[in-house]
Amino acid sequence: MKIAVVLRQVPDLIEPLEIVGSGNALDLDGASFLVNESDDHALEQAILLKESAGATVDVVALDFGDVDNTLYSAAAKGVDRLIKITLEDDKPPAPKAAAAMLAQAIGPIEADLVLIGCQAHDELQGALGPVLALKLGLPYLGVVRGVTAGDGGLQACKEFPGAVMARMNVQLPAVLGILAAESPPRYVPVSRIRAAMKSTQFDEQPGAAEPTEPAVVVRRMYHPEPAERAEMLVGSEAEVAGRIADILIERGIVK
Amino acid sequence: MSTPNILVLAETHDNTPADITLELLGGARQLAAATGGQVVAIVLGQAGSAAAEKMVGADRVVVIEDATLDAYSPGPYLAVLEHILTLESPRAVLIGSTTVGLDVGPALGAKLDAPVVGNCLRIEKQDDMLSVTSSLCGGKILADVEVRRGPAILMVLPGSFHATDQPATPEVDRRASPVPLEPGRITFDQMILPEAGDVDITAQDILVGVGRGIQQEDNMEVAEELAEALGGALCASRPIVDQGWLPTTRQVGKSGMTVKPKLYLALGISGAPEHLEGMKGTGLVIAVNTDPNAPIFDVAQYGTELDLLDLAPELTEAIKTRRVAT
Ligand SMILES: Cc1cc2nc3c(=O)[nH]c(=O)nc-3n(C[C@H](O)[C@H](O)[C@H](O)COP(=O)(O)OP(=O)(O)OC[C@H]3O[C@@H](n4cnc5c(N)ncnc54)[C@H](O)[C@@H]3O)c2cc1C
Repeated sequence: MKIAVVLRQVPDLIEPLEIVGSGNALDLDGASFLVNESDDHALEQAILLKESAGATVDVVALDFGDVDNTLYSAAAKGVDRLIKITLEDDKPPAPKAAAAMLAQAIGPIEADLVLIGCQAHDELQGALGPVLALKLGLPYLGVVRGVTAGDGGLQACKEFPGAVMARMNVQLPAVLGILAAESPPRYVPVSRIRAAMKSTQFDEQPGAAEPTEPAVVVRRMYHPEPAERAEMLVGSEAEVAGRIADILIERGIVK
Repeated sequence: MSTPNILVLAETHDNTPADITLELLGGARQLAAATGGQVVAIVLGQAGSAAAEKMVGADRVVVIEDATLDAYSPGPYLAVLEHILTLESPRAVLIGSTTVGLDVGPALGAKLDAPVVGNCLRIEKQDDMLSVTSSLCGGKILADVEVRRGPAILMVLPGSFHATDQPATPEVDRRASPVPLEPGRITFDQMILPEAGDVDITAQDILVGVGRGIQQEDNMEVAEELAEALGGALCASRPIVDQGWLPTTRQVGKSGMTVKPKLYLALGISGAPEHLEGMKGTGLVIAVNTDPNAPIFDVAQYGTELDLLDLAPELTEAIKTRRVAT
């Protein structure tokens, strides 16, 4: 089985997010980036399939943010090939252009299975997976937790509310949008990543963006101003704990 | 040119419209009043047919009565919806930001070359455009966007609209599928229900919710002791369940459980929209989070920026002391 995995960069939500001067986009210059969480699960799922059923795993990523470190870390986890799509400017392309560039790189791999995270927190126009699938002419199933290889295809579990899952039969080739791998992404020691930095070569491919007319125009981006925000309790741990305990007793929640 | 109509992709459970569907119909009513169009609900499958008359807020309900559509599989769903959207040519299609909606919305957008906006919180008509507010970055950023042409495919977060309080029975049009329904390469096999036997968090009055801020499995004990002192149960956000530190039956949120306790004490939970939708009906929310900008503070009545690992043991003691005293 040939598997292609898409790894995207997203701003780290631990750091404060700033808005550009014109007020209609995130200021990415000062942001720190990390791999999109569900893409990381997609990579883990690919490696698990490689270990259980035998597969080659090619990773495809757009070149911005901290992509090199993400790719070295993927190399240390045991992927077979790293494709970095270079961009004309150091900005993430619009979704349609991103899907076109990824499809251009993934097409020649002739992958049986394409895995991508089912969501990224900075996606304004919905998930990229279904758009990529259409470009590749493949079916798509998203919000998948766990994929196993069986006779003549795969079984993927799609999540529904209430901890309910639908088991789906997947005939390849197909694109799956992963929410969670069967087990959490593995930890790779820094020494292995360092070794990968020395031995790994990226396959760099230029990404050609088709100019598209935006159908969705961002007028303003801003931090939410909630109508009501929590009353913040300050003081030492003992003081705040005492205050919370009193609130719970006053309200009759704790008796 | 699109019509002024607003379509809603309905989801049903046990012969009843899902809560999100009634909310979408409420939102669609307001929008249709501005566009001067009708609200049309689309029900896919035979199983949902009995819910058609209960689609409060719809002028018209189109039911595609084909058992192939009873369980979600992408090929047949997309084939039917693409056909209906082309035929009806609505100004906007409201789809729930559900596990089905998240797949279907962007796929329809790509197929029809239609604009798509995810995580919508507000939708209004402004001149000849739609003005939409979308939540990004786990709820930390909002974006106001303009959608200039139809059909606008809008995936709406639960809780963004209210069901309409002016019920009227819609006209129901039950039809066979207008297109041949090929099963496609991805097909439904079976539903897997959660294992019984664990604590039912939906029936608890007091919940201590644990998020990624707990950092390590060893630290779960501090939260467990607190839950025990409070006489409640532990629940969690998704990363904790993904780590296997609690079973899936303890997950609160979009793909987890919907809880309505009297107290939800959130420890190290950021308050992503997917988590918040599972705890909307909580009486009192108290949040412990070291990030002053965490969205959980927008839904909590009380909050503290203290480290949960320092606060939780103190709180356990404070509760125990007061219990002894009373
Ligand atoms: C289709 C789909 C379905 C989903 N379904 C669900 C669902 O059902 N339930 C769910 O929860 N999520 C769900 N998610 C995931 C969701 O988007 C978020 O990723 C998740 O809720 C984040 O969990 P968290 O708040 O624990 O982690 P994070 O967002 O990483 O937040 C951790 C928080 O802990 C704080 N913190 C760190 N250290 C400390 C400390 N020592 N003391 C106090 N605070 C600290 C940080 O400031 C941060 O705010 C779903 C996502 C998708 C795409």
